[in-house]
Amino acid sequence: MTLADTKSGNKVVIEKIVDKMTRLQALRFGIGEGSEVECAGILRGGPVILRKNLQEVAIGRKMAEKINVRLKGAV
Amino acid sequence: MDCCAPERLDDNFAADRNIVLVGNPNVGKSIFFNYLTGLYVSVSNYPGTTLDISSGKFENDAVFDTPGVYGVGSLNDEERVARDFILSADIVVNVIDASHLERDLFLTQQLIDLGKPVLVALNMMDEVKRNNIEIDINKLEDQLGVPVIPTVASKGEGLSEIKASLGLATNGNSIFSKYPDLKEKLFIVTEKTRNRADALLLLEEDENEIAEYGNIAVGAREEIYIKRRQRVDEIVNETVHYNQSKSLFKNKLSSWMVKPITGIPLLGLLLYIIYKFIGVFVAQTVVYWTEEWFFLDRYEPIIRALISNSVGLNNFFGEILGGEFGILTMAVTYTFGLLLPLVAGFYLLLAILEDSGYLPRIAVLVDRFLQKLGLNGRAIIPMLLGFGCVTMATITTRLLGTKRERIIAIFLLGLAIPCSAQLGVIAGLIVPLGYKYILIYVLTIFIVYVAAGTFLNKVLPGESSDLLLDLPPLRLPDPRNVLKKTYQQSVAFIKEAGPIFVLGAILITLMKQTGLLTMISEFARPLTTGWLGLPAEAATAFVMGIIRRDFGAAGLSTMVLTAGQTTIALITLTLFVPCIAAMMIMVKERNLKESIMIWFGSWGAAFLTGGIVNIFLN
Ligand SMILES: Nc1nc2c(ncn2[C@@H]2O[C@H](COP(=O)(O)OP(=O)(O)O)[C@@H](O)[C@H]2O)c(=O)[nH]1
Repeated sequence: MTLADTKSGNKVVIEKIVDKMTRLQALRFGIGEGSEVECAGILRGGPVILRKNLQEVAIGRKMAEKINVRLKGAV
Repeated sequence: MDCCAPERLDDNFAADRNIVLVGNPNVGKSIFFNYLTGLYVSVSNYPGTTLDISSGKFENDAVFDTPGVYGVGSLNDEERVARDFILSADIVVNVIDASHLERDLFLTQQLIDLGKPVLVALNMMDEVKRNNIEIDINKLEDQLGVPVIPTVASKGEGLSEIKASLGLATNGNSIFSKYPDLKEKLFIVTEKTRNRADALLLLEEDENEIAEYGNIAVGAREEIYIKRRQRVDEIVNETVHYNQSKSLFKNKLSSWMVKPITGIPLLGLLLYIIYKFIGVFVAQTVVYWTEEWFFLDRYEPIIRALISNSVGLNNFFGEILGGEFGILTMAVTYTFGLLLPLVAGFYLLLAILEDSGYLPRIAVLVDRFLQKLGLNGRAIIPMLLGFGCVTMATITTRLLGTKRERIIAIFLLGLAIPCSAQLGVIAGLIVPLGYKYILIYVLTIFIVYVAAGTFLNKVLPGESSDLLLDLPPLRLPDPRNVLKKTYQQSVAFIKEAGPIFVLGAILITLMKQTGLLTMISEFARPLTTGWLGLPAEAATAFVMGIIRRDFGAAGLSTMVLTAGQTTIALITLTLFVPCIAAMMIMVKERNLKESIMIWFGSWGAAFLTGGIVNIFLN
């Protein structure tokens, strides 16, 4: 699944960020491949908001579709 | 940017050391800066609006405040600016938000990796307590290898300790000590460059460094970023403990702001407050006192009397100074009596909005909508700023990802976003007409805005870039910051608009004296009277509008028009050409060809729309 398929409240593990620039910028914000994050909100057709501790980052829809995640606990 | 390279500032006084303040956006840097230098500086809450560098003096050292950044590189203007200052630093004071260590320590680690002596101010310790976070400061100091001083800058706690500890800044534990293969790479590049900082930035594929040295290093940016991230996560795991904390009200509010069901009403409420404050309170009540009561009824008669007693009123100079469009009468009254209160009111609201952290949340909320216009949520910042002054907003379009987005944003700004001065005049004219006309006005402008954006999105090649935005915590804005910012921006407005007004007043008087104005009015009659259904004198307002749009709208206020005519004239004027100042900036930011296209595009759109509304209203 991708980040765009998550629901608010889901805890997910980031598996792969396809776009290189996104990958680098996300690393600066504290989110990398392997990070555990919570989906703090998702707007229909719009951005996804990720939360890691107190840090919140909004990610646009198209970008979110190119980030692969799995639900925490699932393999 | 009208600021000074570090070398140039050094010429002003012989500084022993360069102390450079570095941190993520909104961490409280400017408070440290003011404390150290005793100077107060502009404080901005949003990335993209703090491009000024403040500099000052602390004892024999030079102190620089840099734009907030998440890392050092050349990803955007802020980073390029911050990077230059960091490279010139003898001491880096790194201010970090203790409640966002995972994010902030990435920059800290990078500063350490650059080999700069660093002192860390662990700010926002009050937030840490409130959110039930535990931080082992001694361990953090150990892990980083640099002094860490807890502070609550907004309450003044820890500031004197920072001052006293400047000399303790030291090189910390870089990631290279952990990763021998990286160390080897760095060593090889360092041999070929002036210093280690340059070498590291080369390895990190920094454009400016590559431009300077050429491709002498094999890029390892991603590898370094991943290792740095791992290192930071390790440090955070060892030193920070997030306890389950009760959900704070502001966290709830934050999620309400971005959820459409609650976010749109909240945004509506905000717009209503803005309307009540600017459109009703400032534009009616305040402006009545400043414009009518003071300038028109008291100031102008005195000036006229003075002029008629000296040079006389009924000659060329008298007209220029004190006539209908005189520089001492009309230009002064418009600038100070009418526009200044409106502009100041708007900047006040904007400063509150910026400092509260609401803006990025609006960006999230409107992202989907703006994507349809070929923009992304970030574009809300220049758009909102555009309501303040299109000129300034045009400059901030730099924060948009691509050239395509910049063209769309600049066109929409020039076309359909009235600046605060103009908006105030418009509000003053249209609010008394009642809701029907307000609605017609707002809807028309909105439709044109959406249509133009959709059109550009279709015809311009490429697609819009995506949002990636850090949502800062919500905060009650600090009144001092807000007032300071309002003051500075209002002064900037007067400085920018004042001379153009005077020039405009002279031009119009000349045109009136030479009969050119009547000629233009006659010439434009088919357009103004035939197509738009306005009296022929309305042409004067349009001529004035070419100079400044608010100037044009203000020109309407003295004409006798029906409600429908006022609405049509205002719609046409709103969509009409961007003012001279905005045009100059557009040419500078884009190029002459695009600017001229925007200019003529606005003519077309303005008269076409005005005419259509005229047909509908009759
Ligand atoms: N709660 C809290 N707020 C702070 C602290 N330090 C600064 N602030 C607030 O954080 C906001 C951003 O500060 P500012 O100096 O503009 O940050 P800069 O952008 O890094 O220069 C302001 O509203 C400050 O009042 C602190 O220690 N605790």
